[in-house]
Amino acid sequence: MVAKILVVDDDPAVSEMIGIVLRADGFDPVFCDHGDRAVGIFRSEQPDVILLDLMLPGKSGIDICREIRAESGVPIIMLTAKSDTVDVVLGLESGADDYIPKPFKPRELIARVRARLRRNDNGAPGVVRIGALEIDVTGHRVSRDGEVIQLTPLEFDVLVTLARHPGQVFTREVLLEDVWGYRHAADTRLVNVHIQRLRAKIETDPENPEIVLTVRGVGYKAGGHTP
Amino acid sequence: MKLTARAIRMLVLAPMRTFWQRWTRSMLLRVVTSTLVVGLVAVAGLGAYVTTEIRDGLVDKRVDGILSESASDVAGTQASIAAATAETPGDLQRLVNDQLEALQLGAVGREWVLLRAPGNTSDVFLSLSSSDPELVPVITPALRASIVPDGPQFWQFVAMPDTGTPAVVVGAPLVVRSAEDYELYFIYSLANEQDTLDLIQRVLALGAAVLVGLVLFMTWTVTLQAVRPVRAAARVAARLADGHLSERMAVRGNDEMATLATTFNDMASSLQRQITRMEDLSRLQRRFVSDVSHELRTPLTTVRMASDVLHDARGDFQPAVARSAELLAMQLDRFELLLADLLEISRIDAGAALLDFEDHDLAEVVRYQMEGLVPAAAEQGVELRLWVREGSNTVSMDVPRVGRIIRNLLSNAIEHAQGGPIDVAVASSSRTVAVVVRDYGVGLTTSQVARVFDRFWRADPARARTMGGTGLGLSISREDAQLHDGALEAWGVPGEGAAFRLMLPRGSGGLGVREPLPLAMTAEDFSRLAKRVRLIGEVIER
Repeated sequence: MVAKILVVDDDPAVSEMIGIVLRADGFDPVFCDHGDRAVGIFRSEQPDVILLDLMLPGKSGIDICREIRAESGVPIIMLTAKSDTVDVVLGLESGADDYIPKPFKPRELIARVRARLRRNDNGAPGVVRIGALEIDVTGHRVSRDGEVIQLTPLEFDVLVTLARHPGQVFTREVLLEDVWGYRHAADTRLVNVHIQRLRAKIETDPENPEIVLTVRGVGYKAGGHTP
Repeated sequence: MKLTARAIRMLVLAPMRTFWQRWTRSMLLRVVTSTLVVGLVAVAGLGAYVTTEIRDGLVDKRVDGILSESASDVAGTQASIAAATAETPGDLQRLVNDQLEALQLGAVGREWVLLRAPGNTSDVFLSLSSSDPELVPVITPALRASIVPDGPQFWQFVAMPDTGTPAVVVGAPLVVRSAEDYELYFIYSLANEQDTLDLIQRVLALGAAVLVGLVLFMTWTVTLQAVRPVRAAARVAARLADGHLSERMAVRGNDEMATLATTFNDMASSLQRQITRMEDLSRLQRRFVSDVSHELRTPLTTVRMASDVLHDARGDFQPAVARSAELLAMQLDRFELLLADLLEISRIDAGAALLDFEDHDLAEVVRYQMEGLVPAAAEQGVELRLWVREGSNTVSMDVPRVGRIIRNLLSNAIEHAQGGPIDVAVASSSRTVAVVVRDYGVGLTTSQVARVFDRFWRADPARARTMGGTGLGLSISREDAQLHDGALEAWGVPGEGAAFRLMLPRGSGGLGVREPLPLAMTAEDFSRLAKRVRLIGEVIER
């Protein structure tokens, strides 16, 4: 199946160029050049990945990100012209999975899109339990006491990666490679922000996490007793 | 209790130190204390002088009166006795008694004593008499010895036996006809004068106390008036320093203090204007950098992708077109690096650089960056060697920025190593963590060391730019080090190589005086000061 990619960018040259690159690699690009139309096009086209520019006419990329995230876990990759810390963190916090700073190379773009399309299917399928959580790896479902918790595919990948090896410490670099597909070190804030988002969903008290624990100066590990 | 040195310090020195601190800190305390001391000394001196003068005046006048009164009384008595006709002891006794009682009638505060002169050989003995027998002992032998028959009268000060009040005793010879030589003494009490003097002293003391109190109060008030605006100014200045730029002093009246307040406020307003203007400028520049960044990056994104697409397809082109695509892609890389560095340095200049601090092992950061550069170094035939001293090298830092500093130093060293090795050492003291990057290549002259951190400066403009640096790497590195409150220094000798040292503080106290590593390290220093750490020479894809 040809993956459909929604490209939201107001610069026609950039959109066209991204389109050329995506088509050359066998993707099906769909375009949107205005912030106010982005959510509507997302609903009608149901893309597999969204490439989202943050600075748009009309509705801002951050708001679009939030709205789409409210109804779907579709992978969102931000295209940021600014590498300012605040914008990147704000974008990640509003639900984006990854970001590519402009300008980028075509190979980089393709690698990031492929990483988001790849399902995390390393290791045996089945059911993993951690603390009060029940993770159905095959069915991509997480529940606590029978209640289903909605996680984005990325958050699910992070949780499964940690939960498969309870007690083992994962550095941010290892998580970046395992979950995001970065082969060279990237921005560790990606990990920090997504761990926070994951905690907000699965922990009973996100301030005192019991499932995803921080190992100071090293990284993260899955805690909690597996019965 | 044993008086140890510590106890002495606590009991004696501590209160003294407290007082000294207050003394040096409070002008009010100093002025009031000085006024008190000077006032007390002046009033005491003046009081003593005035009291002495008054006493001397009072007593001298009284003594003059006493002497003339006693002289005339004795002369009168002597004349009456001489003119009398009494001859028998009984008559003589009566005569004397009558005369002395007559004298006593007119006198107040005066007693008398009649004593037989020591040289009297007459057979007639008068019974010795006095108006108050208790007063006989106040007449001293010295006074009695001074009085000779037909001689002048003598006097001296004495104290009354019972009350101790001062008195004057006047003695004069008296010839009582056939009973011959006697001595008549008058004892004048100075109780009145003493009372007057006591009263004056009391009044003076009271006056002095009131005066000193008044002066103290005045000094305190005046000083407070002078100190209060200064304190207010200090308080407002502190608020200003804390960033409350709209803080002002209250201006009251028209005096010098009001001038101080007005001037102070003018200064504060001027400062506020300057700071606001700088902030506006900084905000504008930040905005500009951000806009430039966005506006430049958008077309650059298209160009970059287009160039890469052309570059990937260059096999299908004619040789000249293919080479052009290659050159385009390569120079675009350089252009991108330059743009990134320019924007970064503008961001730092605008004060818009935000640091994301976390505790991290500096040796790990260095090792990571070195391993990333092993392939590039190997291409130049350069060996990278890492030396780490035992102990924790953990420090709070912005890892990407510190990583960039190390990368820049290493790239720079590889470029100038001329195929020689590069030694990198990491070590720390209690307050500082340091990295030294040393090469043994072309080196730097003293004037080059001074300029090595200048923007776009190159040691040798004609040299091939093998590493393709932008000329901003070391400037940005130094800015990054300073953003960490750290330091980046250079050293070099032509032909012997160059060394760069980065030092980062471990706490908020800044860099300590003890340097963990010397700046100019020799090859032996590395093996002596630290232990070699192996690098993994893996090829890392971009």
